[in-house]
Amino acid sequence: MSIFLNKDSKVIVQGITGGEGSKHTARMLAAGTQVVGGVNARKAGTTVEHVDASGATVELPVFGSVAEAIEKTGADVSVAFVPPAFTKDAVIEAIDAEIGLLVIITEGVPVQDSAEFWAYAQGKKTRIIGPNCPGIITPGEALAGITPANIAGKGPVGLVSKSGTLTYQMMFELRDFGFSTAIGIGGDPIIGTTHIDALEAFENDPETKAIVMIGEIGGDAEEKAAAYIQAHVTKPVVGYVAGFTAPEGKTMGHAGAIVSDGAGTAQGKKEALEAAGVKVGKTPSETAELMREILKNLV
Amino acid sequence: MEYQAKELFAKHGVATTLGKVVTSADEAKAAAEEIGGVTVIKAQVKAGGRGKAGGVKLAKTPDEAFEHASNILGMQIKGLTVNRVLVTPATPPLEEYYFSFLLDRSNRSYLCIASVEGGVEIEEVAKTNPEAVRQIAVDPGTGVDEAKARAIVEEAKFPAELAEQAVTLIQALWKVFVEEDATLVEVNPLARLEGDKLEALDGKVSLDDNASEFRHPEHEDFVIHEEADPLEAKAKAKGLNYVKLDGEVGIIGNGAGLVMSTLDVVAYAGEKHGGVKPANFLDIGGGASAEVMANGLDVILNDSQVKSVFVNVFGGITSCDAVANGIKGALELLGAEATKPLVVRLDGNNVDEGRAILDELNHPLVTQVDTMDGAADKAAELANG
Repeated sequence: MSIFLNKDSKVIVQGITGGEGSKHTARMLAAGTQVVGGVNARKAGTTVEHVDASGATVELPVFGSVAEAIEKTGADVSVAFVPPAFTKDAVIEAIDAEIGLLVIITEGVPVQDSAEFWAYAQGKKTRIIGPNCPGIITPGEALAGITPANIAGKGPVGLVSKSGTLTYQMMFELRDFGFSTAIGIGGDPIIGTTHIDALEAFENDPETKAIVMIGEIGGDAEEKAAAYIQAHVTKPVVGYVAGFTAPEGKTMGHAGAIVSDGAGTAQGKKEALEAAGVKVGKTPSETAELMREILKNLV
Repeated sequence: MEYQAKELFAKHGVATTLGKVVTSADEAKAAAEEIGGVTVIKAQVKAGGRGKAGGVKLAKTPDEAFEHASNILGMQIKGLTVNRVLVTPATPPLEEYYFSFLLDRSNRSYLCIASVEGGVEIEEVAKTNPEAVRQIAVDPGTGVDEAKARAIVEEAKFPAELAEQAVTLIQALWKVFVEEDATLVEVNPLARLEGDKLEALDGKVSLDDNASEFRHPEHEDFVIHEEADPLEAKAKAKGLNYVKLDGEVGIIGNGAGLVMSTLDVVAYAGEKHGGVKPANFLDIGGGASAEVMANGLDVILNDSQVKSVFVNVFGGITSCDAVANGIKGALELLGAEATKPLVVRLDGNNVDEGRAILDELNHPLVTQVDTMDGAADKAAELANG
C-alpha cells in the first residue's frame, strides 16, 4: 500500500517533449513507473523514444490533449512540466479530462493563476499536487515527479514536505527504514494537496506506521496541520520546520516563505506542533533521529 | 511605494491625485509652487508608519515645503533611507475609510477587507472593534463585477450618498489587482473629500514577481535599484536568489527549504564556535548549472564579512557533478582572489561523480564533508578562526 500513487498508476507527462519533461520522463521510467505517453498539442501523433526500467526501448506516444491521452492509454496520473505561462491552461485541461492525480512541477506560476485553477478544481475529480514541487514517490513502485528514486527504498515512513530538497534530505537521513510514500507538496502560497490531505491519507494507509511532516516559515498550514493531528491522527508524527534564522519580512526563495508580523514564524509552528504532541527536531538529522527512536519501538 | 501605487491606480481609473515625486528640497519647493496652496510632503519608502516617524508634513508655503523636504530626505524610516518625497495638494479628508483586495493564502482564495473606520489606526480598529472591519471573500473564478462591488459596498456600510462612486472605485481597484497580478491592493485612507468626492489618498500595491516575469515586463520600472544592498543588486543582476544577512558563514544551497534549513543548522553550529552566524541566503535553484554556481560564489566571496563558505547541495534536478564543476570553474575564474575556505557537502544525483571532481581538483581551500551537520560545524569552526 501507499498513498495517491502505486505500481498500477499509469502516468502521462504534459510537456513530454521539452527539456525537463524529457529528462524526467527517462528518470520516472527508470524508477519503474508506468509512463504511458505524453501531451504536446504541436507534436501530436509523434512518439518519443526512451528506455524503461528493464533496459528495453519504449516508444511513447505524444497526444494532442490530456483527454485523448486518457482515452488511448487509460492514464490516471499526469505530471506537468509546462512553462509557467502555460501552466494554468494545462491544469484546466487536465481537470476537464478528469485525470485522477495531477502533479505540477513547474516553478514560477503566478499565484493568481494558481488561485484560479484551484477554484476551478473544486467539486471536480482531480487531486492536484503542487505547483512548484518535486512531486510524489512510492519507492519501488512509481515516481510522479523529480525526486531522485535511488535515495531510499520501501518502508514504514510516510513523508510530507513543503520543500523539495528537504524531502530528499529526509529520505536520505531515513534510508535505513524507507518510505511508504513521500510527497513534496510545494511551498507556493497556493497549493493543491496540503499537509492535512497527506496526513489523512497516511493515517488511513495500513503500510504507513509513522509520519514525518516538514514545514517552513510562511502561511498557517503547519498550525492547521497541528490541530488536525491532535484531532485525527493516531500514528506517531515527527516534525521539522525550516526558517528559524530567516529575517522577518524577506522572501526567501519561495513566494510563500515570507515571515511578517510574527505570523507564520518557525517558532510559532514548532510550538503549535509540539502542543499537538508532535516531536519536533532542531535539524533534519535530529528529526530523523527522533523518528528512528519511534520506529525502533514500533518494529 | 505610495507614488508607484498611485500610478497604478490612475492607470486603471481609480480616483486619486498623483502629485509630484522629487528627490531634492529645491524640486519640492518648485512642485509646491506649481501645485499651489497648502501641500503635503510625504516620504516615499516601502514601509508603514511614515507619518508617525515624522515623514509626512503639511506645508503652507513653498518655503515650508523646502524646509520639510530637506528634513525628510535622508531620514531613516524602519531602516530605510528616504531618497524621494511626494508633494501633493493638501486635501483634508472629511472621513477616512479602508479598502483592500488581497491573496487569502489560508483559504486559497481572495479576500476583500473594507471598513468605514479607516486611517492610520486601522490595525487598532481591527482589534478593538472587529465588527467594523468587514472581511468579504472573493471567488477567484468569478471575481468582482458590478453586483459584487455593490454587495461589498453594502456589507461595508459605505454611506449611501457615496455608494455609486464606491462601486466604480472598487471595480477599478479590482482591475488593478487582476490586471497587474497583485497580491495586495490597499487604499488607506480611502477618503471622503469636500463635495462628497471619494479618492484614494494613500495606497500600497504588492506585485507577484512570478507574473511580472513574463506578463508585466513594465513592472521592472518599479524596482528602485539604489535601495538594494550592493551585493543584493549584483546577485539580482545575475538572476540569483540572494538575501544578505549579518553573519560570517556564506551559504550556497539548492532549494529554498534546504537553504533555510542550512541557515538554521549553521546558526546552531555557530553557538559552539564563537557565535558565528550565516552571512546570507542563496538558493541556486532547481536546475543549477556550473555558471550559476560560479556567479553565486563570486557574490559571496565579495562579501567582506564572509570568513568561510558552506556549499550544501542535495541533487534532485541539480546534479552534483554540475555543482562540483561550478565550484571548480569559479575557483579558476577567481584565481588568487579566492582566499576563503569552502566547505562542500554533496549528496543526491551523481554524487560520486561530483565528489570525484572535487577530490581530483584537490584545491587547498576546499574541504568535503559528508553530512550536513558535520559540514555546518566545520564551516562555523573555520569562520571563527
